[in-house]
Formats: sequence, C-alpha cells, structure tokens
Amino acid sequence: MSTVTLVHPSRSDAPATVRPASLRRTFRFELVKLVAQWRIRLMLLVCLIVPGAFVAAVGQQSSLPADTVFGRQMALTGWAGPLVILAFVGTWALPLLTSLVSGDVFAVEDRLGTWRHLVVAVRSTRRIFAAKALSSLIVVLAMVACLAISATVGGLLGIGSHPLVGLDGHTLGVGDAAGRVTIAWLCVAVATLAYAAIGLLGSVTLGRSPIGLLLPALVALLLQVLALLPLPAAVRMALPSNAFVAWRGLFTSPAQMGPIWAGLAVSVAWAVVATALAHHHFVRRDFTDLTNDGSARRIIVGGLVPLAGLTVVTAVVLGGATPADGSGVTRAKLQDSLSTTFSHLYVLQTDELQRPTVTEVTMRTRSSCDKGGPNDQDSGPGNDWRCIVSWHTPGTAFVGQATFQLDVTADGRYVADGDGPKEVNGSFQVHTVDGDTPNPLWQFDGLVDLLTK
Amino acid sequence: MGSRAVRVRGIRKDFGNVIALDGVDIDVDAGSVHGLVGPNGAGKTTLLGMLLGLSFPDSGELEILGRTVGRDLAVPDGVAGFVDGPGLYPALTARKNLRSLATLRGYAASSVEDALGQVGLLEVADDPVGGFSLGMRQRLGLAAALLGDPRLLVLDEPANGLDPAGKRQVHRVIGSLAEAGVAVIISSHRMDDLAALCSDVTLLSAGRVVFSGPLGKLAAESGDLDYRLVSSDGARAREVAARTSGISIVSGPGMTGGALASDAALVVRGSVPAMDELISRIVGTGLAVRELSPVTPPLEAAFLALTGNTADAADAADAADAADADIIDATGERMR
Ligand SMILES: Nc1ncnc2c1ncn2[C@@H]1O[C@H](COP(=O)(O)OP(=O)(O)OP(=O)(O)O)[C@@H](O)[C@H]1O
Ligand SMILES: [Mg+2]
Repeated sequence: MSTVTLVHPSRSDAPATVRPASLRRTFRFELVKLVAQWRIRLMLLVCLIVPGAFVAAVGQQSSLPADTVFGRQMALTGWAGPLVILAFVGTWALPLLTSLVSGDVFAVEDRLGTWRHLVVAVRSTRRIFAAKALSSLIVVLAMVACLAISATVGGLLGIGSHPLVGLDGHTLGVGDAAGRVTIAWLCVAVATLAYAAIGLLGSVTLGRSPIGLLLPALVALLLQVLALLPLPAAVRMALPSNAFVAWRGLFTSPAQMGPIWAGLAVSVAWAVVATALAHHHFVRRDFTDLTNDGSARRIIVGGLVPLAGLTVVTAVVLGGATPADGSGVTRAKLQDSLSTTFSHLYVLQTDELQRPTVTEVTMRTRSSCDKGGPNDQDSGPGNDWRCIVSWHTPGTAFVGQATFQLDVTADGRYVADGDGPKEVNGSFQVHTVDGDTPNPLWQFDGLVDLLTK
Repeated sequence: MGSRAVRVRGIRKDFGNVIALDGVDIDVDAGSVHGLVGPNGAGKTTLLGMLLGLSFPDSGELEILGRTVGRDLAVPDGVAGFVDGPGLYPALTARKNLRSLATLRGYAASSVEDALGQVGLLEVADDPVGGFSLGMRQRLGLAAALLGDPRLLVLDEPANGLDPAGKRQVHRVIGSLAEAGVAVIISSHRMDDLAALCSDVTLLSAGRVVFSGPLGKLAAESGDLDYRLVSSDGARAREVAARTSGISIVSGPGMTGGALASDAALVVRGSVPAMDELISRIVGTGLAVRELSPVTPPLEAAFLALTGNTADAADAADAADAADADIIDATGERMR
C-alpha cells in the first residue's frame, strides 16, 4: 500500500511524507526516558547492593535460612548465596520488579498525557511498541543481572569459592558449581520474560489503572496460590511459575532436564503470546481519545482468557508427552531419590570423619517410605512421609539403618530430617579432626523429578 | 502571502454518535497566522490533530503543504506542533527533553539551543521539567515544535496558563515565524487571545464553521453591541435614549439587575448609526457625555453571537479564568 493517496496530482515542490523514526533511535529515546526515572535508578541500585550484602552477612551467622534450598550451605560456600537469592527473588521480587518496569512503560505516557506527542514524533505505533518492549526488557534483564552479580560477588567475597553439595547429595567442584549457578540464573532470566510480557499487556490494556501496573505481581500471586494446590504434574509444569523453580533440577546428577525444558518452553510461549496480545491492543488504540483508561473487560477477554487457554493447551500437550500421572510424587521415585541422596551424603560424612572409605556402589542403599498411616495412599506431597534407609558396610555383614521424616512439597522438593540413630543423622554437628562441622545427614534437601515415571 | 499551506475541504469526523467535525473548510496561507476559535468541544483539537497526522477524516479532502494526505500518520515533512498540551517528560531537563527529541527525529543538536533561546528558556534549560510552571511548559512545547524548522506550525491553545509577559513572548515568536514564511494555525477558546496575533480566523461551533475570514470582517458580524454610557445626568439620558429609534435600554437608573448601570450610567443596545444619533441628541439637550464604551469587545461579541453563546456564559467563563490578567484588564471598568 502506498503511503499517500494522490486524489489529484501533488505539486512538484511538495515535501515527502515524513518518515517514521528508526527503531534504533526510538529505542534509545525510550531507554533515556526509562533510565531517567528515579524509581528505576533506585531499583537498579537496590538490586546491585542488597543481595550481595545479604549473602555476605548471612554467611557469617549461625542461623541460616534452611527453608530455602541451599540455605543450609550459605556459611560453607559462596556458591550457595546466589542460589538462595535466586529461589527468593523468583517468587516475589522478580514479578514485582517487572511490574514496576514493564507494567508502567505504556501507562506512564497515559499518566503524563504524552501519547499524541510520542505518536507524532515517532510516526509508527509498531515502532513505539517495539521500542518500549525492548527498552523495558533490557532494564528488567539488567536488574536480573545486577541481582545475580551482586549475590555472587557477595558470596565469593564473604564466604569464598568452595564446592557445593547438590540436591542429590553429590559434590560439585567449584567450576561445575559456577557453571550451573550461571545457567540457573539464565533460566530464571528467561522465565522473567513471561512476567515482563504480562506487564506489557497490563500496561497497554489498563492504562493508568494501578491494576495494570501490578498485573505481573497479581499473576505471580495467583500462581503461588495455585502452586500450593495438589495439581497434576502436567498442569503444574504448564504454569509460568514452574520455570522459577525448575532450575533446581540442574543440581542433581543426572540433571532433571524435563521440568527445565518445559519451564523454558512455557516461559517463551507466555512471553510471545502476551507480547502479541499487547501489540494487538496497542496498534488498534485511538490516540486521540484522552479518556482511554482501559477496562476490566478488555484485560479479561483480551488478555487473561487467551493466556488461560494457552495454559490448558500446554497442560494437555505436557500431559500427553510425559509418562507422569497425578501429582508426580510417587513412593518409588521418592525412595530412589532418597537412596541416592543419602548414599552421596553418607560418603561425604565418612570422608569428613576419616572413616574407612565407602562408595555409593558398595553401600547398595535402599529406602522404604510410607506416607501417613497404613491406610493412607503412599503418593503425593505432604509432611507425613516416613522413610527407613538401609545400607551395607563393606567387609561386614552389618546392615545400617536410619530413619528420616520427609516433608515433600508439591513442586517435588523435599526436606529430609534425620530421626536417628544419633551417630548417623541424629546430631546437628559431627566432630572431625579439624573441629566441628555441620552433619550432612542431619537435615538435607532432595528433589524428585515430577515428570518421570 | 505565498503558497497555500493548508487546504481543507468538507472534512467530517465522527466519534461514535458524536460529530466532531461536520463539513469543515479551511485555508491557511504560508506566512500567515490563522486563528481557530470555538467553545469547548467545538472540534478544534480534532482538526489540529488531523493536521499533525494523529487522525484522519472520515470524508473530505485534506491537503497539507501541497500534498494530499491519504491516511493517518502520513502528513508531509515540515509539520510540527502539539495538541492538548505539550508532550514533555518531567524526569528530564528542558534541554534533555529537546535533545532526545532532536536525536529521535535526526535534527541538528544546534537547533536545541536555538529553540530554547527563542522561547527564553536558556536559563532554566538544565532544570527538570517536573518543576516547570504551566507557562514554562507551554513555551518549552513551542520550542520542541520549532526544532525541525517547520513550514506549518500547529498549536492547540498555546496561550493556556501563560501570564501576560509569557503570552507576549509566545506571540512575538509566532509573529517572527510568520514573517519568515511559516504558516501558523493556532487555537483558542477565547477570541481576545488571538485578536492581536491573527490575520484570519475560523470560528468553529459544534463541528461547523460559523465564520471564516479576515479579522476585520468578523467585527462587522457582531450585530448590535451593548454600550455603557456615562453622562452628567443618567435619568435624562435615559429619557432621550427611550425616544431614539433603533436604541433599546438594557439597564439604567431605576432598573433592577444592571450591575453596570448606576445613577450616572446606563447600558444601551443599538447599531453604530443609532448610537451616533443617540449621542448627538444627548449632547443637544445640554448633557455631557463622559464615557462611552462597548460592554463586550466587538470581536468577542461577534464570537459569542456566532457561536450561539450568551454574554452571561462568557461572564462565567471570565470568572473561571480569573488567573488570566488580560481579562481583568478588559473588564476593569466594572471592577472599579
Ligand atoms: N477520540 C475521541 N473519541 C470520542 N470522542 C471524541 C474523541 N476526540 C474528540 N471527541 C469528541 O469530539 C468533540 C470535539 O472534541 P475536540 O477535542 O476536538 O474539541 P475542542 O474544540 O478541542 O474542545 P476544547 O476546547 O475542550 O479543547 C467533543 O465532543 C469530544 O468529546
Ligand atoms: Mg481542545
């Protein structure tokens, strides 16, 4: 389509139709406006300082955030800090940060009454959309990078670079730990894209309304609530919140890649669909209408319903593609996971105590788990799992036994709490020649892959 | 006067069941300042927005700088301005606002300093716009419009919030641009704002053109004006007025409701010849005429008559516009 309809011939000295500003210049313009906001600067500063200070400070303390994965290792290795921060920001901070950046990037023009000015200056609504989406994305990713760098630097300076014990008890060397921490942050950066896109959608459809600004945080809250429910594993994996926890699978051997790939795919799908919806609404907008304040109907029909549809489709696809059924937490998987993790940690403990060498192979560890009483079905999450672990001691006929209470959460993570005997898992610390160190078997984290059979 | 900068023929624009513009014709020549006046909701912003490319008429012809415009966002190069207030970012300084705009559009960096100088904002150029007064923002908005050396300048109520000094400065800038050959189209909801500035005006009311042409012609459209007449004897002057044909008494001594009248003053209505007759008769009876002045300036009266507004509505508007010092001046008579 030509840009100008010649109803009758234009004069030869008539100027050409004004060309839209280039995407590069529009992007720069948007970035300048974003970074000029004191709120954005403050958030970047907070992201750069707070995680590092927190990680360094907690590493010096005796009470550690044991609720969070890797929290128990914060005083032992600097590589635990960035993972604790990662687990923490994934649930709250990142949706909120994206809210304040992406959720505002369109609404700010409504608040300032600058739409017409911007449209006249750029002369392409598509480029305005692209520039705004890109600039807010860059700022969100910069914040994620600041969080990661800060937490890592805080951990390495405050505690130092030491090996990290993975979620199946095997020890990761420093290089391996560093690599996996980096990949974990990259996974979460991709997951953040979904929330950033939801922010764009809210900002476009709801304008000045504060709900638009907070849409990513509200969606995150809703997903948090859903995550507490005993959902089938396929549905859980179809939610964009999964990608914020799936990275934990990197810290088992072999890595639990199913949930990670599912998380990345779902995040990208949400980011693409939400951005496309936002674009669809944006380019159809009437910029001469000053009363355009968005509507609840538009966000529900034009935003949330399509995304809910996407979730249903993904859940059906994942349900068909994976052998897992139900919650994904079964007795067999839990027993396998516990045996592996226990073996690794028992070997570690033996090393620390300088006892005769054992290996995972010679131990031939087996676990037997039971949930609730004899009348309860032995599957699904809950804090009433009780397991007995038994293993062989090399050169003797002796079969060791230890009891653990397991608190299994719906996302597949469990905390095993030692319940005796005292010399294996009953005491908080073990006495080594170098002094007392935390007993690796007293309490430890494990992870069940929800998507396997 | 050079070539034609804007040629609008029979354009119509509907928003749902609101007819914002209904068969509007306008011509603006290069080097002229054209006023667009109308009450709230008349369609001024809609029309100016079309000239900037923000929207597109449902029907009619729109030709800008010699080029027929066929869709929105496709106006020719050389058009600049703003509708509904200047678009400025409060977190940026005045200079940064203009610089980022100049970079966006690919204008020379030197144009920023020129524009700031023209509107007299060089001293505050490094202050954040968030702290600017409304008048400073309007001037900065004008500076932003000047960045690309426009050939057609579109300004929607640029005098809004300006004090008399600021208004004079803006008028000076606009005047010198017109001298340099720029076509300027400027809107206001008050006629007296534009009287000093424009060579031609178009009066819009409810989307229709009710007058278009030179200012001088508009004054003639005002019909019978109300005059305030102060004489040495109000009661006798009233008797004379009552006997003069073509003159009606609006208020006077002994009548209720005439705030402008007093023992010595009365308000009469009539054509210019009838007023001439009245004055000579009053003088003939031995009375002295101390003051004779139109109650409403002729242009304003014409505007009010043509747009169907009553003088009372204008009074209410004046009261609401108390911040505008010029209006106090114009009505100073009755304040005394
Ligand atoms: N985008 C829009 N959607 C719906 N109605 C609109 C839109 N733009 C303008 N209108 C309506 O069109 C009419 C003309 O509006 P416009 O803003 O052009 O008037 P105006 O002369 O600039 O008034 P004011 O002096 O108040 O600025 C009004 O009734 C307005 O409500
Ligand atoms: Mg208007």
